Amino acid sequence: MTLCLTLKALQIDRAGTPLVRLSATVTPGEVLTVMGPSGSGKSTLLAALIGALPPGFAQSGEVFLNGRNITDLPTPQRRIGLLFQDDVLFPHLSVAQNLGFGLRPGGSRTERQDRIAEALDRMGLAGFGPRDPASLSGGQRARVALARTLLSEPLALLLDEPFSRLDQTLRAQIRDLVFAEARSLPVILVTHDPEDARAAGGPVVNPL
Amino acid sequence: MLAGLGLPIAAGLAGTLAPALSGHGFAALMDWPGLPRALALSLGTGLVSTLLALAITVLMIGALHDRPGFVAFRRMLSPLLALPHAAAALGLAFLVAPSGWIARLFSPWATGWDTAPDLLILNDPMGLALTLGLVAKEVPFLMLMALAILPQTDMARRGQIAASLGYGRVAGFVLSILPALYRGLRLPVFAVLAYGMTNVDMAMILGPNLPPSLAVQITDWMGDPSLQHVPTAAAGALVQLALVAAALALWLAAERILAPLIPALASHGYRAWGWDAPLAGLAGTWAGLIALGLGAGMAGLALWSFAGLWQFPDALPQSLTLQTWTKAAPDLAQQSLTTLMIALTASLGALALALAALEAEARSCRPIGAAWLIYLPLIMPQVAFLPGLQVLALYVGAKGSVATVIAAHLVFVLPYVWLSLAPAFRGWDGRIGLAAACMGTPPARIFWRLRLLMLAAPVLTALAVGSAVSVGQYLPTLMLGGGRVETLTTEAVALSSGGNRRLIGATALLQMALPALGFALALIVPRVIFRNRRAMLAERSAAR
Repeated sequence: MTLCLTLKALQIDRAGTPLVRLSATVTPGEVLTVMGPSGSGKSTLLAALIGALPPGFAQSGEVFLNGRNITDLPTPQRRIGLLFQDDVLFPHLSVAQNLGFGLRPGGSRTERQDRIAEALDRMGLAGFGPRDPASLSGGQRARVALARTLLSEPLALLLDEPFSRLDQTLRAQIRDLVFAEARSLPVILVTHDPEDARAAGGPVVNPL
Repeated sequence: MLAGLGLPIAAGLAGTLAPALSGHGFAALMDWPGLPRALALSLGTGLVSTLLALAITVLMIGALHDRPGFVAFRRMLSPLLALPHAAAALGLAFLVAPSGWIARLFSPWATGWDTAPDLLILNDPMGLALTLGLVAKEVPFLMLMALAILPQTDMARRGQIAASLGYGRVAGFVLSILPALYRGLRLPVFAVLAYGMTNVDMAMILGPNLPPSLAVQITDWMGDPSLQHVPTAAAGALVQLALVAAALALWLAAERILAPLIPALASHGYRAWGWDAPLAGLAGTWAGLIALGLGAGMAGLALWSFAGLWQFPDALPQSLTLQTWTKAAPDLAQQSLTTLMIALTASLGALALALAALEAEARSCRPIGAAWLIYLPLIMPQVAFLPGLQVLALYVGAKGSVATVIAAHLVFVLPYVWLSLAPAFRGWDGRIGLAAACMGTPPARIFWRLRLLMLAAPVLTALAVGSAVSVGQYLPTLMLGGGRVETLTTEAVALSSGGNRRLIGATALLQMALPALGFALALIVPRVIFRNRRAMLAERSAAR
């Protein structure tokens, strides 16, 4: 099985203290949940997986994505999508421009516009393209962020407590939407909420 | 890369040292009868103006910061800061001179003067006019610096705690906030002290003439076409540098002695309610006087440039005319163009350097080494190393070209561009870059398409600040331009010793207008670009 995200004896230390020690294989459609209280090294794990570990951390072990060793690749070349706690939409761009920024290069102007419109439609946001992101509701913004990440055609998806800023009802809706859209991808979810872990339905591990 | 900034200063100092040591410089300097008085003037005007400016700034924040008028005063600060020193000095000179506006308002009905009295109010031998001019110009600077530091001092909560413990507003401020505020304000205060002791353009306009302050005398010696006074000037520059170092040492010693007073006072528990009203009154008076002085000064400059016949006791000119402007238009246009070209090139160059250094810092996650060098041009007196640079430029044949002047401006523009840009650049939400990188965006694209565009407002403000600093530069333009590069500033200062108030008014008005235009653009352009982006506008107003 090569279509998967594999962590091979991944270990991260800070000042000699191990924060993360993890071996795992996540197959497409599977959600691995990393649970732990805040400060337990969850965010450190995500930073290491996307290649943005701050100075002061020591990393050993390897990360493979679809058979390719990505351990030492710079972030833009890893093709791992990330959804933050907040939507982190670009405030100076319109909704459509945000999606266009995510969309991989190539294709004619019309083709790109069509793909953006299609993605908006899929998220139930048809016609929202010219809008200012600041004028959207929290749920709408979360859906734009998801669409933007998917348009960049990631090979794996990381979720950094992506629902924690939403209220209860909305949270369940967006969660279901993300898991449904990410069916074909290996997903790692980082959270301290047992409800998220239950909904993910996959194995639950501790970062250490 | 930024370490390169140290080079011109080191080269300038070396260029100053060599002629001072080689020739008879020190002997000639000691023979100059004006030396003791010039030294005393430099030390006196520098220390007194710095002390007053600091005291007024602290008092205004402590006593007035939560009063309604303070917000309005705050809004006036940036434009006041953009006011070039020479223009401020000329405006004040028009106000307080024996034939100035104040004397006119009270004559002849109160003073009995029918002709301008022969009083030495301006250029007084004690340097009082110069000291007041420096205070008026430095209070806005220190105030703006202080307001930038205040959020880090947790002022609102500390003030509330002190008030709930029964302390008066000023006492609570001094005991609980001032120590943290002053720690952040030290570098600007040192810069103000060094500037106050060594500035040339304000001293030429407002300061004493016989003898002038040391910095002005050094400039005169350097400007002598026979070059025979270069060693004397170089020796004077070294003495000036030593004097600034001594004054800074004196200031540091005073800090040491005064610092323990605040904790000692705090443990006494005096609530000092009674001081609030008189101190607020005092602070309000000072704020009003400074705003009025600078404002009326600027109005006076503008009025003179349009004045027809305006005889002494008249408060207003008999007629208004465009004659001054039309007659001087070709010269003024040429000088404005040169000024603008130098300012834009120098500030764009400084912006590029600052952005490159900040972006390199962000990508490597390592703070910039030797960042303190950036602040060196703020504290190092211009008059100490510019003579050396002038000698070097002469030696390599670069003196008198616009490019040399731009290079010299860059040294002084960069610190201000850096100070203005760095906090916003470093404060940019890094998750935006991370989100883009996870979508496969290369770092260069993240910089150009996201970071730089989102920082459009601070970047334009930094450009405006840099241009304003460049427009105001007198000594670098004079010394490295060798009299061949004429800007509005060199022209305004050169005119100041003559009597053509109309032309002075027009030149100084343009000198004020260029920086003001820059700030207006920096304010308006982001609002137009981001008119449909609420978060971008909100971020901006929250940052102000």
